[in-house]
Amino acid sequence: MTNNEEQPQKVRKTFIQIFVEEVSTSPLTVTVLAIVSALILGGLLVALTSEDVYAAWGESPLAAIRTGLQAAWSTYVALFEGAIGNPARMIAALQSGEADEIRRAFNPFFESLNQATPYIFTGLALALGFRAGLFNIGAEGQLFIGAIFAVAAGIYIKGLPPIIHVPLAFLIGALGGALWGFIPGILKAKTGAHEVINTIMMNYIAFRLSEYLLRGPLQAPGSFVPISASIEESARLWKFFGDPVRFHMGFFIALFMAWVVYWFLFKTRWGFDFRSVGVNPRASRYSGMNIVVVTVLAMSMSGALAGMAGANEVLGVNHNLAVAFSSGYGFDAIALALLGKSHPLGVVLSALLFGALRSGAIQMQVSAGIPIDIISVLQAFILAFIAAPAIIRTIYRLKTPAVYEEGVYARGWGGD
Amino acid sequence: MATSEMTITKTADYVSPTRQRVMGILFLVIAFAIWYFFSRSLEPGIQTTFVLTPGGSETQVPDWTFTTAPILNIFAIMCAILGGAQLARGFGSRTNLVLAWVVGLFVFSFLAWATADSSLNVGGLLRSSVGFAVPITIGALSGVLCERSGVVNIAIEGMMLTGAMIGALIGSLTNSWIGLFAAVATGGLLGLVHAVFSIKYKTDQIISGTVINIFAVGITSFISARFLQKYQDLNNPDIFPVWDVPVLSKIPFIGPILFEHNLFVYALFIFLIVLHIGLFYTRWGLRLRSVGEHPKAADTLGINVFRTRYMAVILGGMMAGFGGAYFTLGSVGRFDEVMTAGRGFIGLAAMIFGNWMPFGAFGAGLLFGFTNSLAAKVAILGVNIPSEVLLMAPYIATMIVLAGVVGRGQMPAADGKPYEKE
Repeated sequence: MTNNEEQPQKVRKTFIQIFVEEVSTSPLTVTVLAIVSALILGGLLVALTSEDVYAAWGESPLAAIRTGLQAAWSTYVALFEGAIGNPARMIAALQSGEADEIRRAFNPFFESLNQATPYIFTGLALALGFRAGLFNIGAEGQLFIGAIFAVAAGIYIKGLPPIIHVPLAFLIGALGGALWGFIPGILKAKTGAHEVINTIMMNYIAFRLSEYLLRGPLQAPGSFVPISASIEESARLWKFFGDPVRFHMGFFIALFMAWVVYWFLFKTRWGFDFRSVGVNPRASRYSGMNIVVVTVLAMSMSGALAGMAGANEVLGVNHNLAVAFSSGYGFDAIALALLGKSHPLGVVLSALLFGALRSGAIQMQVSAGIPIDIISVLQAFILAFIAAPAIIRTIYRLKTPAVYEEGVYARGWGGD
Repeated sequence: MATSEMTITKTADYVSPTRQRVMGILFLVIAFAIWYFFSRSLEPGIQTTFVLTPGGSETQVPDWTFTTAPILNIFAIMCAILGGAQLARGFGSRTNLVLAWVVGLFVFSFLAWATADSSLNVGGLLRSSVGFAVPITIGALSGVLCERSGVVNIAIEGMMLTGAMIGALIGSLTNSWIGLFAAVATGGLLGLVHAVFSIKYKTDQIISGTVINIFAVGITSFISARFLQKYQDLNNPDIFPVWDVPVLSKIPFIGPILFEHNLFVYALFIFLIVLHIGLFYTRWGLRLRSVGEHPKAADTLGINVFRTRYMAVILGGMMAGFGGAYFTLGSVGRFDEVMTAGRGFIGLAAMIFGNWMPFGAFGAGLLFGFTNSLAAKVAILGVNIPSEVLLMAPYIATMIVLAGVVGRGQMPAADGKPYEKE
């Protein structure tokens, strides 16, 4: 009986304890706090670089703090309106019922999805590599090659119906990326040359190659700027709404690919081999897995996904190829894949966040005068906090989980 | 992996029979190329003039004029003989040296052929190569410092970029010397960040480097867009002037190429010598290298692994900051967004190419600087080679070296591995 009397009290106590422990040791808490902390630091950066704040400092420190808070607040309001839309305008548009106005009001939201699409592809590319223990810094270069291949397929293949031309051009783009991933993959597997250095080198080779092609063979006839001709009408990805909404088919292809990568990694034997090699290549080799094939295949598939991002941009958004058309989707994807814990679902969610940030930042630059580059700073902070969760745990006094999940993503230069 | 473990344990002198044959065939191919592409297409009696005095230099050397075709034929025969000797007997550990000679002959032949019946300022070409080599080599030295202590540093690019921006900003507000000092301090600060992440928190060093690179691009472009573009006075530092070294600049040919530069080139020479002696002939260097090769053994002997690595990475960061200042205070006189344009990554390549040795890195830096310099001139030469293809060469060469085709480098054994004290 005494036992029974004590029991409820004990349960209540442990319930609270469990709750606190669960929250403070959950990896999700660190993720959320990392994003929040990055946004706070970004706001601080805006306030510290605002001239109004320094003007107000002359009056009183309190006024300076108020002005700084206002500056940071208006920045994030502009960011939100750029990323999702202005709620008041959206409601007004829906009430008015005018199709054109509705499209305009909801355009920021669809533009965020548009920006998220290449992020999903490159994020999946990085995540797949991480799962197999490979660090593919070359997603940016693979994206460029994918775009070059896709734009060539879009320009030079003529007379096909869209139902064939679109997937063909898209797959040719993926093939280009796969080729650019295959080379460092085979070099890693056969000679042990580290994929990080090789993919960095391949990035620059891809940039120079695209510059050469756009000033030479691929340059639009009669053009004086390095830009390719527009692709055939039949190679363009379908758009769902009229102007100005650019939202297109690519987003759903990206979601489909996320499902494919999930299915591959977690439901197939090959996926198991990938993950096993990623965790412990030596044990995997002794258990009979073919590391050479896994390494080459993983790099090629990772490259193919990054190539799809390039194809998506060319076939869905730009319809032609210009020098430096990608503004770092491949590099941002490193932070993105880690934020998403290298899981396809996490990648999709992080890509939506990054897409919204980027799309919002473009708007913010116009309305609040804050340079778009602030999103790079935010991404760097997010990545730093994700990569070193101990910082977040120290700042917010979270408990360290008993089983500490530590991701070893890349190894020394020598392979192994 | 099995293959990589084997190649690492091989001694540096060993040259596999396959590689020996590949090299021999390569030399023969180059000999054939010199004859087939260059010498054969020239009319006999046509002459090439190499101007050996860079423009504006006081130390004059007479121009060098020679009849092109016979010289090229001699070079082709020399390459063929070297190729034959390589196939028959092999040069063993000196294979790479011979390779360098053959490549040198090929480049010389190319230049002679491209400027047949006209003239080329070889002196100017080489002097600007040295200029291009400065940021690349300093970046590589930054990498050497970090990686010899066992910390991979791919953040050289970001450290250089931030150093360049701070150098321009502080240099405009005060003077160039204080700007340079601020750039070095900024690099050191980023080095500290990299060290804390990779040593204290044991973050993956490549991710830590990526954080710094992304942050550097963001913060420099942000400040540039917010302030530097609006207030031109904040982005207008004085460039360090060219200063001829009194006696050395009077040496014919070499003097103007090496000793008519500004502070940065001379600082590079000093860094090279100090770092080489420091790393290989002092107790400090022995300790630094031991920490990068076998931290556990070093720890057992009482060397503080963490402190040594902190010091090396911070020094490496300062070095990269100095290299970044070259862009704004040594060459352009203004900060532009993302102006380092991958020079830090070429520096990383030069470090690998130079086998983690200071002078090796300098050699690689000169080679890469030469391709840069040549790419800038190739349009003037009127040769139908796109400059972009030349600019790709350093990256492709690095991948070939890394793949072990030209002999594998000896990287520090514990490079990139965080040290866990037991």
